[in-house]
Amino acid sequence: MKTDENHHKHWLYRPENRRPLWWGFILILGATVLAQVAIHVHGHFGFDGWFGFNAIYGFTSCALMVVFAKVLGLLLKRSEDYYDSDV
Amino acid sequence: MFELTLPPAFILLAGAILVGLVRPALRPVVVLGAPLLTLYAIWQLEDGILQTAPFLNYQIELVQASPLRRLFATIFAIMAFAGALFAFRQAKWWELAAAQAYAAGAIGVAFSGGLITMFLFWELMAIFSTVVVWCGGTPAARRAGIRYAIMHLVGGVILKIGIEGVMVHTGSIEIQPIALETFDAWMILIGVLINAAAPPLSAWLADAYPESSPSGTVFLSAFTTKTAVLALILLFPGEQILIWIGLYMIFYGIIYALLENDMRRILAYSIVNQVGFMVCGIGIGTEMAINGASAHAFAHIIYKALLMMSAGSVLYMTGRRKCNELGGLFQTMPVTATCGIIGALAISAFPFTSGFISKSMISQAAADQHLMTVWLFLAAASAGVFLHAGIKFPWFVFFQKDSGLRPRDPPWNMRAAMILFSAASILLGLFPGWLYALLPFPVDYEPYTAGHIVTQLQLLLFAGLAFFVLLPLMKRTETISLDVDWLYRQAGPLVVGVLTRMYRAAAGRVQRKALGLWAHLHGYLSRHHGPEGILARTWPTGSVVTWVVVLLAVYLLLSQY
Repeated sequence: MKTDENHHKHWLYRPENRRPLWWGFILILGATVLAQVAIHVHGHFGFDGWFGFNAIYGFTSCALMVVFAKVLGLLLKRSEDYYDSDV
Repeated sequence: MFELTLPPAFILLAGAILVGLVRPALRPVVVLGAPLLTLYAIWQLEDGILQTAPFLNYQIELVQASPLRRLFATIFAIMAFAGALFAFRQAKWWELAAAQAYAAGAIGVAFSGGLITMFLFWELMAIFSTVVVWCGGTPAARRAGIRYAIMHLVGGVILKIGIEGVMVHTGSIEIQPIALETFDAWMILIGVLINAAAPPLSAWLADAYPESSPSGTVFLSAFTTKTAVLALILLFPGEQILIWIGLYMIFYGIIYALLENDMRRILAYSIVNQVGFMVCGIGIGTEMAINGASAHAFAHIIYKALLMMSAGSVLYMTGRRKCNELGGLFQTMPVTATCGIIGALAISAFPFTSGFISKSMISQAAADQHLMTVWLFLAAASAGVFLHAGIKFPWFVFFQKDSGLRPRDPPWNMRAAMILFSAASILLGLFPGWLYALLPFPVDYEPYTAGHIVTQLQLLLFAGLAFFVLLPLMKRTETISLDVDWLYRQAGPLVVGVLTRMYRAAAGRVQRKALGLWAHLHGYLSRHHGPEGILARTWPTGSVVTWVVVLLAVYLLLSQY
């Protein structure tokens, strides 16, 4: 069963496809930023029209949220039966 | 064509009653037909107050129509239909009936012409949504349903205090914008906000919804929070405090969803997040913002139900709900995965989906009012939505490491409902004019500018990059996260437990004292009245005769005088 699965592994799960998938993703990311060369972005506040502003803002704000959630998780996470055990 | 003069909510309510009465073979006709008939009735209503009825000493307005109310009622009826389509072959008939009554409550609130009518339908929703939670059928669902019911009944009482205050102090039961200057207004606001899952009482939503059946969550995701949004638009448009409440909800939803392992609880947290966008828009309060909040409610009901259907299908076919037990399902559930991804793209406001044309109106309204901080928060939140719902949900359920599970797609009716709402999410994105025509104010907004598409793609795709780069930080753990509900699920019972023990100890002392006294009294009484007591002794006949003679002698002597 195990070997059979490996033979018929979906292409998304094959290790040799990981790099091309990442490169494809990076290419798309680059394209959305470079598109700003051709397309004028009209900002409401000035800074939001800067080159690549949304890319940087999207990445950093998400990174902050993930890290914040991680830290908060240390305080708030409990085992699944937390409420079952005591009450 | 025939004229329907019944309030649309009554049609659905009649449907709910009929579901249980008709033969099982006819049930699909009722559960699918009643929402469609209701939809037809909704579009027969002209604007203005249409039906009144005497109730206690008040003339209550059963039906009042306006474009805003029609918009919400329309999506509620569509939702009742699609939900029934998703559920009718798998769910128990009483769940279908409860869901229809629940939807009837939502439509009743949408058209209610006065505060009393609103309250009555509001409570109808509370009762039947609780039944839908209970239809989960597990002990956990029963307990969660009780907590849910208590929360909503308390919310209802607070709302009622406010409504009665307004009735007494102003003499008017009209639904109109109320200034937040009186106690009554605050009570109404708090009552409504509890249903919107606003802080601090947001926890009930993620507590109760994921415990319902695979189809129950689909219904639950749509009605309660969105009627609260409508009530806020009608009663408190432009109240500044709502901006900040909305922003809190937005980030609360994101952070808790990031911590969560249960796939339907992730989506439940993201309901709070999405309603936060609407509440924030209502707080901004301009025509653009109210249009945005209304459009977003409409679009959100469709794609969130779609996401819940997708998760419900996975649960129905695999019996599993935890992300760490799922993965790789896209290989054998192509329809469920595709529809789930479409829902995920729509909630993330990807260009050419419904979320893109609705959510951006709220951001635009913030920019128009030069609310830079609010705008920045909204932009960060848009990226965060992609993070917690847009990628996290489909990634952990359908992709990530292969779980080895090989379930098939769910039965045809569940697939049909998902395809219907997927199509709606894309069509609304491609033809925004359809939705814009239904909005309460004329729309002067073009979502599809090249600049907007480019900036939105940058924001979302780089959020996606952050997700995959930081994936090690998001390793799934078999945990739940503490919330305010800890106070009433853990601290409350603990305090009550301590108080109970203290009471028992004190009561024990009192009881012992009382028992001592009683023993004393008992001893005294039994000495005199007991079987051996003086007064209980049987007296010999001779002594009784002697006493009678004495009595008669005294009587004789006395009679001489």
